[in-house]
Order: sequence, then structure tokens, then C-alpha cells
Amino acid sequence: MTALNLKLLRDLWNMRGQALAIAAVIAGGVATLVMALSTYDSLLGTRDLFYRDYRFAQVFASLKRAPDGLAARLAEIPGVERLETRVVAVVKLEVEGFTDPVTGVLASLPNTGQPLLNTLHLKRGRWLTPYSGDEVIVSDTFADAHGLHPGDRIHAVINGKRKALTLVGVALSPEYVYQIAPGAMFPDFKRYGVLWMGRHALAAAYDMDGAFNSVSLTLAPGANERAVIDRLDGLLARYGGIGAYGRKDQFSNRFLSEELKQLQTTATVFPSIFLGVAAFLLNVVVTRLIATQREQIAILKAFGYRPLAIGWHYLKLVMAVALIGVAGGVALGAWFGHGLAGVYMELYRFPYLDYVLRPGVIAIALAVTGFAAVSGTLLAVGRAMRLPPAEGMRPETPVAYRATLLERLGLQRLLSQPSRMILRHIERRPLKSMLTVFGIACAGGLMMVGNYQRGAIDFMVDVQFRQAAREDLAVTFIEPTSSRALHELAQLPGVRHVEGFRDVSANLRFGQYHYRAALYGIEPEGRLHRSLDSALRPVAVPPDGVVLTDHLANNILRVKPGDLLTVEVLEGNRRVVQVPVLGITKQYLGVSAYLRRDSLNTLLREGDVVTGAYLAHAPEAATALYAKLHERPRVLGMVAHAAAIRSFYDTLGEFVLFFNMVATLLAATIAFGVVYNSARIALSERGRELASLRVLGFTHGEIAYILLGELAVLTLAAIPLGFLVGAGLCGILVVVFESDLYRLPLVLEPYNFALAATVVAVSAVVSGLLVWYRLGRLDLVGVLKTRE
Amino acid sequence: MADTATVFRARGLTKVYRMGEVEVHALRGIDLEFRAGELVVLLGPSGSGKSTLLNILGGLDTPTAGEVFYLERNLSAADEEALTLFRRDHVGFVFQFYNLIPSLTARENVAAVTEISRAPMRPEEALALVGLGERLDHFPAQLSGGEQQRVAIARAIAKNPAVLLCDEPTGALDSATGVIVLEALEKVNRELGTLTVLITHNAGIADMADRVIRLSDGHIVEERRNAVKRAARELSW
Ligand SMILES: Nc1ncnc2c1ncn2[C@@H]1O[C@H](COP(=O)(O)OP(=O)(O)OP(=O)(O)O)[C@@H](O)[C@H]1O
Ligand SMILES: [Mg+2]
Repeated sequence: MTALNLKLLRDLWNMRGQALAIAAVIAGGVATLVMALSTYDSLLGTRDLFYRDYRFAQVFASLKRAPDGLAARLAEIPGVERLETRVVAVVKLEVEGFTDPVTGVLASLPNTGQPLLNTLHLKRGRWLTPYSGDEVIVSDTFADAHGLHPGDRIHAVINGKRKALTLVGVALSPEYVYQIAPGAMFPDFKRYGVLWMGRHALAAAYDMDGAFNSVSLTLAPGANERAVIDRLDGLLARYGGIGAYGRKDQFSNRFLSEELKQLQTTATVFPSIFLGVAAFLLNVVVTRLIATQREQIAILKAFGYRPLAIGWHYLKLVMAVALIGVAGGVALGAWFGHGLAGVYMELYRFPYLDYVLRPGVIAIALAVTGFAAVSGTLLAVGRAMRLPPAEGMRPETPVAYRATLLERLGLQRLLSQPSRMILRHIERRPLKSMLTVFGIACAGGLMMVGNYQRGAIDFMVDVQFRQAAREDLAVTFIEPTSSRALHELAQLPGVRHVEGFRDVSANLRFGQYHYRAALYGIEPEGRLHRSLDSALRPVAVPPDGVVLTDHLANNILRVKPGDLLTVEVLEGNRRVVQVPVLGITKQYLGVSAYLRRDSLNTLLREGDVVTGAYLAHAPEAATALYAKLHERPRVLGMVAHAAAIRSFYDTLGEFVLFFNMVATLLAATIAFGVVYNSARIALSERGRELASLRVLGFTHGEIAYILLGELAVLTLAAIPLGFLVGAGLCGILVVVFESDLYRLPLVLEPYNFALAATVVAVSAVVSGLLVWYRLGRLDLVGVLKTRE
Repeated sequence: MADTATVFRARGLTKVYRMGEVEVHALRGIDLEFRAGELVVLLGPSGSGKSTLLNILGGLDTPTAGEVFYLERNLSAADEEALTLFRRDHVGFVFQFYNLIPSLTARENVAAVTEISRAPMRPEEALALVGLGERLDHFPAQLSGGEQQRVAIARAIAKNPAVLLCDEPTGALDSATGVIVLEALEKVNRELGTLTVLITHNAGIADMADRVIRLSDGHIVEERRNAVKRAARELSW
């Protein structure tokens, strides 16, 4: 081994504490990248595999009712590869011992054998027996939520008739990876379930003998989806078709895609921030570390070592540290990635997880880290090399200190001699001090990024459920119903207030932009369901026009109040009308278009009709009310808000918690690494000076005060700056995370700040203690004897 | 000696250090010639410019004005790469501050230089020459100041340089050890014909030189040739 490589190993060993701290900073950034990207890649790959293996359909259509004979004609549409018809019924479910309303979807399976499309993955139990009368297979989310097992019985109210069902299997379907009740904001596995039943039995119970109301198909290679959908719509129009749609608009897939897109954003933004900050810190730390070696660089240069050789020597040193960090980060990230993917699997039901860690991800980590390390090293080595060796070898010429601002202001009597040394040192090196402050501030800012989502979600839920949608219960009817039904609801025991609504699915168009959304006709001055202005104050919906969610108006359709929106109604008479946009409403969750109910009724050329109602009721009346509503044949489904919020926190909350915990942990690692390094570098830069002071008779405490006092001042300055950095980073996140599903508000709670400040402060205290201990062991004789 | 080749030739060598508004004139127009095989001692009060001159001769620093030639090579016009090669192949340095690499042992400090030299001695050999054959594996922090200086000398002579530039090599040594060191330098000078330039505050050492040059305030104020060159062994201080 060459002498230089020996030096490398010994230097590494001597700075092991610092090396580990630097490696920790890198590991924090790399782990975030690996975790996020590997989770994303894995879920994406798993989804594609699942869709392919279980033949997920590509085009879907729902209709009122068509005779079986039509199926053959549909299958002849050019571009259709395989087509399958089904009966799908929305039903009310009863599970023993559970009193809340439960909505279910019953989908038919062929009387014998497996379906052509949307095959099931049987997790437990067995398949249906051919032509069975009461057997069902249940989605695993629903079975798990209620602890149902093969052999158990549940009841379904199908078309007003109560029917006992026997559970024989538990399964997963590519069609219901993300299970969320239509109109609901979050998945609720207890109150929404998907069941599969034999075609024969379901058709009998649902009055669909010899008929179907659902079509799914796959496309031949090269087929034009739009053309197939148009032909399908044409053929289904007279059978009450409500608009065929592609995978893109398929419910589960759309949510899944949105969530994956979110995850992709997470996987881009979080690591960019974390790794970016880590790289910046690495760069700063390395630059300063190398600067402490300027005398050695000068010696090597004096001996005739070439600049490249010297640069390479230090590069190896830094790369060794960086590689430890990358390796640690990859291992940690893969571990967290496994955990995170596992949490996602609770939400998205896949039969398996195909965990992948692409070499490309590691390559990115290496490239970013490498770039930061190499540029920092070369910068510092280059700077040291530019000094003539004769100068580099001398201890740094004492820089012109001068009286600090405080002293110039005549306040020196307030300061002790050591305090003056602290201030002068900070002032002498403003750039270095600023970099230290900024580095620590970045680390603090990361802490805020790691845990801000929690407060934002709380705020979002509060706005949605306590200010906009304040109903206790949303009831939907089987079909459009006269508003007289509202009076009946109002008579039910415990009901305090009822507001009807009319919703209809529609395609909204403006210029080149279009979006499929629900049009909601609500009461103009409703007390329960309200539209909010940009300051979150309730505002009345004006007549004869729509009010759009801000995100829908600004980012999707790009309309302004006053513009004319084309509304293509997808149900009933399928009218196409021009409607003026009258306002924008602030909404964090979902996107929708609101009208006054009477306006919508007029627009649809119908009478005083509702499709559902919002109810406020006495809390203690809930169970009895649910039972009463359950008995009503016209009531199709109910969503209880309190339960929905709870289930949201149970499922998404777990995910957010996990992610926050990991991100916070990594941010804390980075914070500690940065603070510790700042302290250690200050120590190596000033070791000689401090040792000389010790020799002159200063105590351990006094020199510690000089060094750690500076660290304390810089840390204190960094904390408020960290708040700014953190708020800025969160602001970026808010913008990039905007999606149809939700827009996080920028809400920073006191605890966000407190946690960031605490972690930075604790890191500083721990680093201070470690440095204090080192100061106690300063080798006074050695320092005076040798030159470093 | 009159017909031996000129190794260094300097004309009007000037060095000005600029620190903000203050200008320090370290050298104010030095003319000199050093010949192969010579042993030259530089004397002068502190701050007179001795180290500055030595550093410029060794390619560690460049003059502000004037010219300096090594053989046919114009050092004052040489680029970084040329100076690096010049130092690597021709110059052995002993610095005023020992400037050892703290994380390397005595042997390894020497090896750091021999590894990039063309025809070096073995590090052990060089260390034995300065009487440190027994302390090969000690780190600088485990050596006395004088011992560190001897490691620095071993490091300088180990590459068998054409020029040996020593900045107060005996400053930190007692006279007995100093003599050992000087003997080593003398030996290299005599046997290999290495031009040796030696800075000292010690007028006694000047007696071993062929020539003595005295600097003061950046000027050469005296230049004399020793009629009798004394052996290092006979010196004491
Ligand atoms: N890098 C520098 N910047 C500014 N001034 C310098 C620098 N190096 C040397 N000087 C100044 O140049 C002058 C000559 O310095 P030099 O080191 O050559 O003196 P010296 O004769 O070697 O002294 P000593 O015997 O004390 O080592 C001194 O006044 C010194 O302060
Ligand atoms: Mg000197």
C-alpha cells in the first residue's frame, strides 16, 4: 500500500465520528429516495402485473337493462377483443352485530367457471358451486374488516328484498384494488363491500333474468378506444347506457392512478428536497473538512505531487465516506420501502407485492451524492492548491480581526473576553458562519417537511366535514324521487334537519378541456351542505349557473366566472347544455360542480326531484334511524360522516403516520449529522488555537465556552431561519401535490415548529457534549509540538 | 570549482507580499549564482527574506519581478506543472517547521516522497542516515522536535535530489544531534555533488560552507567564500 493510501485509511479512522455523521446525512437523503422510488416502482409493477394476470378490462359501461342477445352485437364492434356482460347491483348489506349502514356491490360471476375478464384472486375458501343460489365470494377488505370467514352468513337487501347469503370465499379483484364507495371521499372497509355471486341467482334476485346491466371488454391490439366507446354508447343508448369509459375513468383504477401519481410526486419531491439538502450539506462539510487539511496539501504539493494526484487522494477519502452513506441509505431505504409498500398494501389490495429496487435508483443516489462530494472536494482542494505551497504550509496567517459591531457601538463592557472572541470569530468569517447557519436551517426545515402533513390533513378534514359538508348522514335513493320523500325523512325519529340534493354525472367541457364529474344540485342557502368562498365562508349558490371547485376551474377546465361551460349530461335524456360559471368554491377534497337544485331540475327538464338527502340527527338516535332507513326500499345507501372520518384516520392515518415517522427520522438524522459536523469541524479548525489558550491558563470550561458558545449562537440563529426554509419547502410540496383527489392546505401547527426546533436544539446539545468531552482530551503538548 | 556548471542563476529577484494596503518587500532585487556541488549557507536576521528566497529557488513560490534559472530552465516563467515536476525530480526540501504528515509514521513520511521519485534510497536507509533507524514506526506526535526534523531531512535526501534546500534544519536540535544532521547533509553534498543551500541563524555553521551569503532587509549585504571549509564533525555551538 502506498503511503498516501495509508494516510487515507488513518485519516478516515481518525475522523470516524465525523465520517459517520456525514455518512448519516447522505444516508438520510438516499434512504428517502430509495424508499419513495422503490415503493412507487413496486406498486406500479405490481399493479401492471395484477392487471395483466387477472385480465383487467379496458372499457366499461353501465346501463339500465339490455337483453342478453345484445351481447353478441356488442362483441362485433370492431376493435373489441373480448367482451363480457354482467349483472351488477348496488345493495344494502347487513352484518350481524354491526348496526351502521353498509353499502355493497354485488357483481355476477358466470354460472360456471371463471369470468373472461376481471378474474378474481381467491385468497381463502373456494369458488362458487355452479348455479348456486345463495353463495357469495366477498372482497378481502370487507371480510377482514368484519372478521368474516367462509361459512359465515350475511344478508343483502336486493331490490328491496332481503336475501340470506353464504360466504364461501374471500377474493381480490383488479377491478376493486382501491375500494371506495361512489361519492365517498375515503375508503371505508367496514361500510362498503364488494361481493360476487352467481349470475343466475343474482339475476333472479335483481329482476335481470336474461338481461345484463354492465359490460366490460378488452381492446384488440391497435384498436381505438374512443371509437369503441362511441360505438358502444350508440348501441347502449336505448338501453339506458350512462356513458362507457376507459380504464382511465374506471373508479378503482382512477383512484389508484391518482394515488400512484401522488406517490410519484412524493417520490420525486421528497427525495429531491432531502437529497438536495443532504448534497448541499455534504458539499459544505467536505469543503470545510478539506480546508482543514490545507497544510498537508501544501506539503504534498511541495514534494511534487501533481494536483490531480492530490485531488484524487482527497476524492477517495470523501468518496469512501459518501459510499458508506449511500450503502447505508440504500439498505435503510429498501427496508423502509418494504414497510411503506406494506402499508400501501393495506389500502390497495393486490394479491402479492412485487418489490423491486431498480439499479437506476441506486445510480441516481450515487450520481447525486457523487456530484456533491466531488464538487465540494475539488473546490476545496483546488482552493488549497492555488495557494503557493510556501504559504499553505504556514499556519493560516492571522486574519485581520476587528472590533465587532457591538463593540463598535461601545457596548464592549457588556461582553466578557471569551464572548468577544466568539463574536469576532463569527464576524471574521461571515460566509462560513452563514453557511453553517444555513446548513442547520435546512436540516431544521426538513424536519418540518417530514411532519407537516398531519396538521394539513386535520385542517382539510375540518374544512370538509365541519364547514362544507356538515351533514351527519347522506342518504341516496334508488332513483330520482319526488322531493316529497324529504318530508317523510324529516318525520323519522331523531332527525333534526333534512336537505335534498340532486346529483347527476356529466361531462364538463370548456374549449379543449373536459372532465367527468358529478353535478350537484344543492339547496341555495343550505345549512348542512354549503359551498365556501376563498376565505372559507359559506356562500349561497346563485341561480342558473354552476359554481366550480377552485381546482376544477383553475387547473382542470381553466374557466373563469362568466365563461360558458358545456355540460353533457350522461344519464336520462342526456342533454347537452351551455351553463355559465358563476363562481368558484374552495374545496380541499375532491372536485365537483354545484348548482342550485331547482336550477338543475330545470336544466334536466324534470320536476321537483331529488336523488338523495343530507340529514342532521340527534347522535343518540343514530342506530334506530339507520334501522328505519335500512327498511325503506327506496333508500339505496347511506354514508355516515363521523364513521367516514374515523375510518379515514384508521387507514390513511396509518399511512401518513408511517411516512411522517420515517421522514422525520431521516430528517432528524440529517439534522444531527449537520450540527455535529459543524461542531467537529469548528473543533479541528480551532484546536490549535484553543490548546494554546489552555496552555496560557484558560480552563476547560472557558475554551469550551468559546467554541460551543459560537455553536450555540449559530444554532439559535439557524432555528428561525429553519422555520422559513421549512415553510418554503412545505409551500412547494403543497403546490406539487395538488390533485383531483385532494389539495393539501399550507397549515403549519405550532408543533411543527416546536419539533423542528427541538430536534435541532437537542442535536446541538448532544454535539456540544461530545465536543466538550473532546476538548477535555485536547493534547496540549502534542498540539504545540506538531503542525497539522 | 570555477568551471562547474551554474545550477541557479537569479537576476533582480524581487518579492512583494501584498496584504490589503500594506506591501511587504521580502526581496529587493537579488542577483546570485549557485554552482553544482556547492554548499551555501544563507545568514541574516529574522524577516530578512531567507525563507522567501529559498522557496522561490525551490519552485514553491514565484517572484514578483526578476528572473531565476535552474540550469537552462526559467523558473520564473514556468507553469504549475513544470514547477511540480521540477520539485519532484530535482529538489529536496527541509522546512523550517518540520511539516510532517501527522497520520503517517516516520518511514511512511519518507515513503510518501520516495514513491514518486525516480531513483530514491529506501526510506529505512534515509532514516538510518539521520540516526533514526530505530524509530521507523513512530508517528510525528511520538517524536521530539529534533527527531521530527531529522525525519524531515531523511525525507528530503531520500530522493537523491540534485538540490537540497534546508530552512534552519538544526534550529531545534542540540549541538550533538545537529552535527549528525549536518554530517548527513555534508555527505550527500560531497558524495552526490548535491547543491545544498542551508539557512541558519547560527554563524558557527557557516564554517562548513563553500560560500556564505548574508541577507538583510531583502538585499544581499555580504557574500564571502570560506578559505577553509571545516567538516561538520568539527563544528560545535
Ligand atoms: N505570505 C506572506 N504574506 C505577507 N508577508 C510575508 C509572507 N511571507 C513572508 N512575509 C514577510 O516577508 C518578509 C520575509 O520573510 P521570510 O519568511 O523570508 O523571512 P526569514 O528571513 O525567513 O525570517 P526567519 O529567520 O524569521 O524565518 C517578512 O517580513 C515576512 O513578514
Ligand atoms: Mg525563515
